[in-house]
Amino acid sequence: MEERAFNDISYEKFLREEKLMGSRCKGCGRLYVPPRPLCIECHGAEMEWVRMKGEGRLAAFTCITVPPPFMMAQGYNRKNPYCTGVVELAEGGRVDARIVGVDPTNPETIRVGMPLKVKFLHWEEDGKKETFLAFEPA
Amino acid sequence: MAKRRKLGRGVAVVGAGMSRFGMFRDRDSKDLFAEAFRDMTASVDKGLDPADIDALYLGNFSNDYFMRQSHWGPLISDLVGITPKPATRTEGACASSALAFREGVFAIASGFYDIVLVGGVEEMSKRTTEEVAEGLALATVPYEGKAGFTFPGVFGAVATAYFEKYGAGREHLMNVTIKSHENAPLNPKAQYPYTIRDMMEAKKASLEKRGIPVPEWEDEKAFLRDPKVNPVVAWPMHLYDCCPISDGASCMLLVAEEIAKNFTDEPVYLAGMGQGSGRGFHASEALTYFEATRYAAKEAYGMAGMGPEDVQFAEVHDCFSIAEIIHIEDLGFFREGEGYKAVEEGRTRLAGPKPINTSGGLKCKGHPVGATGISQLYEVWTQLRGKAGARQIPNKNLRVGAAHNLGGTGGTCTFTILERR
Repeated sequence: MEERAFNDISYEKFLREEKLMGSRCKGCGRLYVPPRPLCIECHGAEMEWVRMKGEGRLAAFTCITVPPPFMMAQGYNRKNPYCTGVVELAEGGRVDARIVGVDPTNPETIRVGMPLKVKFLHWEEDGKKETFLAFEPA
Repeated sequence: MAKRRKLGRGVAVVGAGMSRFGMFRDRDSKDLFAEAFRDMTASVDKGLDPADIDALYLGNFSNDYFMRQSHWGPLISDLVGITPKPATRTEGACASSALAFREGVFAIASGFYDIVLVGGVEEMSKRTTEEVAEGLALATVPYEGKAGFTFPGVFGAVATAYFEKYGAGREHLMNVTIKSHENAPLNPKAQYPYTIRDMMEAKKASLEKRGIPVPEWEDEKAFLRDPKVNPVVAWPMHLYDCCPISDGASCMLLVAEEIAKNFTDEPVYLAGMGQGSGRGFHASEALTYFEATRYAAKEAYGMAGMGPEDVQFAEVHDCFSIAEIIHIEDLGFFREGEGYKAVEEGRTRLAGPKPINTSGGLKCKGHPVGATGISQLYEVWTQLRGKAGARQIPNKNLRVGAAHNLGGTGGTCTFTILERR
């Protein structure tokens, strides 16, 4: 694998390639998603990239009806809310991700603990490409 | 075991003031701070000559974003007429002025200054709700922002994790809201000085006047359950779970303990203080508490030689209803997973055994983010001096109170214990 800095730019770049990547400390083996350049366990600085299977469970969520401007630009508003949450990965660790394939107008139907699988949401605006990490019910 | 912290010399609070909080079309940061400053100088029993102030520490989160104006330290030192004395801005999101307070304490404790003005200011209401949400979201961690989390969103997610773990629900959050709104009408500086019942009756009257059928709300909870009056903002956070958008300012006069009696016969002393930092919601130890709060509390209790049972009342950072429940657990007032029961039992009411947010809290008093930390300490100071008027805690022997301030999604938390000796 090509060398990429263990930072958010690489994390985002991998997401555009439909890969959810973390960094693993070569010293103590602790895994970080999103990646960290420094191990906060053993304070080692040698990391390696690890690809996640993209499986997990919903640890916490919310359904947002008052979105920030960039989400409004994607068509979300009081009448069209979206779900976002924290996903506990099968490998351990948690990520923030959009939750799709659920009904955000009916939040009682969304359950903490539900099994999820990864999905990559590609978005293009004014020639700028972005990928949002998402999960959907498995 | 954390080292027991202590100051090089003691620090006393001899004056405190705050502006009214609210959404003010015709007022700006400077005149709000001027109001807080006048309120503070009037509170110094033996008088203050502003020329004696050695330095200013000012908390401001993001007037840069909200007002397109940065560099508020000298703007405010000029406003109150103390230039060329040094002015330093502190930023810790919603805990910005708690950090100003700490810097003021350190400056005096080190022996460098004797008399320090600490304060905070924020002017938010001239932006749209969505813009304010975006501005506040600058203080989340980047992954949260990218996933579309807003602040209500993060705390909504905290609530879902808490509900799942401890079996609490939306009705328990309403108890927090109803309790805070009981205190609010007693606070003349509050943005929303109304009880939920007041608001319910006002809504009924307004519907009647417009010839619209009035729903049968049998009590406050029925009112809060009505999605027309209390819509979802970020499930399960509804409008009445969220603090408002506010403008406001607050300030305090800190002096070295040995000169405190030159200003008042009734100084309030700093007993303990702590500050912690956190990692962002997804990476935290657990999704149902804030490590930074726990660390700050441990430091503050250690320094004061006190425990949670010694703190008779507290202001805690109830930016959202769920937050108050979590903080009163993290600060050790109630056991983990039992905060919601304590609120339900009325233990945190004004006349309860552990009054929380006698000011009405961020929910009702308002939350001009940079001003909040010192406005909380203002409430503690006011209560300790017995000057809280209608909202004075009925306990006749009030000696120890504390304030908990939280910035971001738990990235910066402080806990400050004040005492009357």
